[in-house]
Amino acid sequence: MDAMSQLRRQLHEHTAYLRKEGFLDDQFEQLQKLQDENSPDFVVEVVSIFFEDSEKLLNNMARALEQKIVDFKQVDAHVHQFKGSSASIGAMRVKNVCIEFRNYCEAQNVEELFGCRCFRCIQKLQYEYALLKNQLEYLFRVEQQIRAAGG
Amino acid sequence: MVPEMESGHIEEMEIEVLPSMWPEDIGTDAGKQFNVEKPKGDQDMLEEVTIIDDATIVDFKRLLELTNYTETGSSQLAYLVKHWEYKQANAVRLLREELDILSKQREEVELKKLEILEEHRFEEERYGGDKRPISILDEVYDLWQDVPRRKNDVIIQNKRVEIEAEYDTVVYWKQRAMHLEKLLEASIQREQILIEKLEESIKDLERQSSPVEELSQILKRADNFLHFVLQNAPVVIGHQDKELRYRFIYNHFPSLHEDDIIGRTDVEIFTGAGVKESQDFKREVLEKGLPAKREITFETELFGSKTFLIYVEPVFSKAGETIGINYMGMDVTDQVRKRERMAKLREEIAVQKAKETELNKTIHITEETMRAKQMLATMSHEIRSPLSGVVSMAEILSTTRVDQEQRQLLDCMLSSGDLVLQLINDILDLSKVESGVMKLEATKFRPRQVVKHVLQTAAASLQKILTLEGHVADDVPIEVIGDVLRIRQILTNLISNAIKFTHEGKVGINLYVVPDPSSVKGEGCHQKLTADESTFSENGRKEEKCLSTSRTTGDWKGTHGQRHIEGPCQNHPSSDEPRTPYKSKVSVDRDNEEQPHSPETKVWIRCDVYDTGIGIPENALPTLFKKYMQVSADHARKYGGTGLGLAICKQLVELMGGHLTVSSQEHCGSTFTFVLPYKVSTTSDNSDDPDELSDMADHNAATDEATERFFQFQPRTLGSLFSSNGSSRTNMGYTRSHKLNGFSDNSYSFPSNSVRSKETASVEEACSVVDDAETLRQPESSSSHSPDPANQDAVCRGKLCQDDTNSQFQNPIIDSTHHKEANREVVVAAKTREPQGTCQRQEKSDISSRCVSNSSTGVPKSTIKPKILLVEDNKTIVMVTQSMMKLLGHSIDVVNNGVEAVCAVQHHNYDLIFMDVCMPVMDGLQATRLIRSFEETGNWDAAVKAGIEQAVFLDSLQNDMGSTPSAKRMPIIAMTANALAESADECLANGMDSFVSKPVTLQKLKECLAKYLP
Repeated sequence: MDAMSQLRRQLHEHTAYLRKEGFLDDQFEQLQKLQDENSPDFVVEVVSIFFEDSEKLLNNMARALEQKIVDFKQVDAHVHQFKGSSASIGAMRVKNVCIEFRNYCEAQNVEELFGCRCFRCIQKLQYEYALLKNQLEYLFRVEQQIRAAGG
Repeated sequence: MVPEMESGHIEEMEIEVLPSMWPEDIGTDAGKQFNVEKPKGDQDMLEEVTIIDDATIVDFKRLLELTNYTETGSSQLAYLVKHWEYKQANAVRLLREELDILSKQREEVELKKLEILEEHRFEEERYGGDKRPISILDEVYDLWQDVPRRKNDVIIQNKRVEIEAEYDTVVYWKQRAMHLEKLLEASIQREQILIEKLEESIKDLERQSSPVEELSQILKRADNFLHFVLQNAPVVIGHQDKELRYRFIYNHFPSLHEDDIIGRTDVEIFTGAGVKESQDFKREVLEKGLPAKREITFETELFGSKTFLIYVEPVFSKAGETIGINYMGMDVTDQVRKRERMAKLREEIAVQKAKETELNKTIHITEETMRAKQMLATMSHEIRSPLSGVVSMAEILSTTRVDQEQRQLLDCMLSSGDLVLQLINDILDLSKVESGVMKLEATKFRPRQVVKHVLQTAAASLQKILTLEGHVADDVPIEVIGDVLRIRQILTNLISNAIKFTHEGKVGINLYVVPDPSSVKGEGCHQKLTADESTFSENGRKEEKCLSTSRTTGDWKGTHGQRHIEGPCQNHPSSDEPRTPYKSKVSVDRDNEEQPHSPETKVWIRCDVYDTGIGIPENALPTLFKKYMQVSADHARKYGGTGLGLAICKQLVELMGGHLTVSSQEHCGSTFTFVLPYKVSTTSDNSDDPDELSDMADHNAATDEATERFFQFQPRTLGSLFSSNGSSRTNMGYTRSHKLNGFSDNSYSFPSNSVRSKETASVEEACSVVDDAETLRQPESSSSHSPDPANQDAVCRGKLCQDDTNSQFQNPIIDSTHHKEANREVVVAAKTREPQGTCQRQEKSDISSRCVSNSSTGVPKSTIKPKILLVEDNKTIVMVTQSMMKLLGHSIDVVNNGVEAVCAVQHHNYDLIFMDVCMPVMDGLQATRLIRSFEETGNWDAAVKAGIEQAVFLDSLQNDMGSTPSAKRMPIIAMTANALAESADECLANGMDSFVSKPVTLQKLKECLAKYLP
């Protein structure tokens, strides 16, 4: 019982932390609301689809940016996708980096210097994504533990 | 023999007579300046040449005088005479010779006669005795032997008389005598002939031509030659006496009569430029006695503008006095003109060359500069890349779990890194501004936020005990359009400058609106609305009020009025009084004049950056804004810096159309002032990304910025800067409560501005409000993560507010859309809209506790299941949307791109379509167009054209429907993450009914369903 409450507290704290640090926003809450007894793993499902999708997109972006002549339209399209999906699950920080990234992609035509910012952005994006993934996985793990404990 | 001698004399003579009249370098035959052909018999080669004689005008009397008095004249005469004498002498000599010959012959004959006589006598004597006396004449005889040989041709009959008679008979003697007689007679006869010949010869001599005739002939020939040669020469030859009166002139193109010239001087003959000069020149030659040449340009009525090369030579008398001048003039106008042209050309060439050199130099310099700049840019770039790596890593680090202390250090690290980046950007900027490639961006931003940020950043890295403060006047609009990055750059530059040179006291920013310096009447349109208040100082504020009030639509008036009072102008209760009447007036007006403000109203905002620092000595002011200039070397050592900052600031300000000035008092402080024009737009684009204004982490500023008017950062030690910011936090707390209201008020204003961007903008902002509300709590609740009930409430309210705004602002949009669509007879649930709106407003009014219940109310329960299609390629979104719809009680069909969407529409009639805009294969816009085209025409031609194959089995279905346009219009709602205003417009332009911004929320979906599913 004690372990249970501790787990719950852990979950709660972690969720609050994720909200506080801007990893997640309201949208994630919306997702959680969508989860009911009919679809108990809804959030995990959505998020794993998101992970799958994101990794593909990140790879594509990185590959596109490695090209000698970077097709910024292509990169932009990927970032756009990423922004859309991250916004849907409420991954705010990833979304924000995407927004920034898109600005640089759009500005790329005018400013050659934004090129290096794009690299910076993708670094950031990769980092943010990894961070988010870790956090969410932790969150899900705690949830699972709670559920396993019969909560 | 004779002709030869003659020609020789002529040569000599001519050399004497015409030596220097001829240009000296003309003769190629050395030593002979004047060569006359020897005449052969009667043949005169000049006979065939017509010689115009009247070209010469001669004063013969003068010529005579000349011949008498001048040396050349007399020598000429002497030669003529000598020649004549010589010829005469020759003739005499010849005659004498002839005579000599004759007399010799005669003597010979006589001698012969004597001989004969003697012979006969001696013969006799010889016969008498053999004694033969020697004649004394023998010697004479010998003498005759010496007579010149040439006389041999004289025929003398020296034959011995032959007598046939017998010697010494009478007959013999008789015969002999007779014979001799005959000889004698012949001799006499010969003598007679000789005498006749002599006489004849003498007569001949007499008959010979006179010397004058001959001379004149020679002269004539020479004259003819001269004429021939000079025939077409543009030459004037003349002689003038000591008074410079013409005595002789040869001019091939005479334009004056003899009378007009002879005896007159140049000045008397013609007038005009150059005449005097030539006369003076001649006089000079006359006086000096030395020949000279000069070019004189005449500008006379007589022959127009001509340049003559004049050679003047003095003429001396035998006594050596000058008695006149000979001169020759040649028309060299063409040559002079050519020469001048040549000179001009040469000059031009020289100028051209100089220019070329200059240009080359410039090119060289430019290239150098370009290279230098390029290098600078490259270097800066090279520095930037690793630096940005450092900064971004630090940024990432700051997002991890770090304690307070570490966070502060990290923040410092970040701000320093940003500063270095900024510096590098400065250098790049400067070269960009200078090379004219700097482009300004026009983005929407909040001046208050910028000021606050700048101060915050400065405070973060502050190493001194200084107060940083910022005052923003209320009349400064909440949002303006400008290049926020550049403006921040300027502000940061000025602030850091101020901090650098200030050791105690404070540094601050004042922001307030000033009248347009160019046209003071710039805000006339606002004055119209606020007739009761018209001072310029208040214009800005008025304007802002107008902006916000005039945006309100009629049916929002009541609520708005209330809200407004608690809104941004809360700080000015005094201004409440007049506002109410004029606001209502505005609201009424709005029906008549749709858009009282042009979308781009300019406002001039003045920004003072003041400090209480060391000040700037007056003599340093002029160079203050120059590149790499610092007040003094001491300063440079003491304070460091590149000296670039102010130069960049000035250039940037000027680039943006403003001006930067400074006023300073040494030891008291300086104030840098820049005035810039900003556009105040009633449209709100770009607000999709509120973060672009601030850095990523700066959400807490967003709401406060809206109306905050005073910021202060008290001096703190570095470590306690953030934690001890209590005073300002309570302030924030205070402002937040009304800020939310202020914000929502702000969001109300959007719909009426223009259809574009309202939704997305407000939603994003609404989000940021919520974020803000949450983040604001952070410091307070940092000790424990346990949720504070009050906080929760605030968040709740924030969310509610967001929801409210969503519902509220969407109504007007739909309104407008439907007004537009009304013509097309679209039947959508327009009637339900009004009551619903009201309902929502009521909901909003009881703000306290409707957070959750809100989500369940207002969902229309439909008896028939409507068919809904989701067109979306993003799996995550699909999944989320699907489950949301499920929650809302709808199952939906999902397709992944435009083509599939069209196919799906071919199969089924949908009651509602959610359409993503950006999709692979075919985007949402095109798909919508195709669907709309089908609805209008009843066929899928457009789709077929676009390459979508029509499924065969659909034909029957289509036939069932007939080819009449479908009566029902499918509501298509765009789902877009790309919330730029253009794409919102695009969506509507492409036939979509509305749009929802991503991420889709339950609330949004609910509203859409409520609106579009009856």
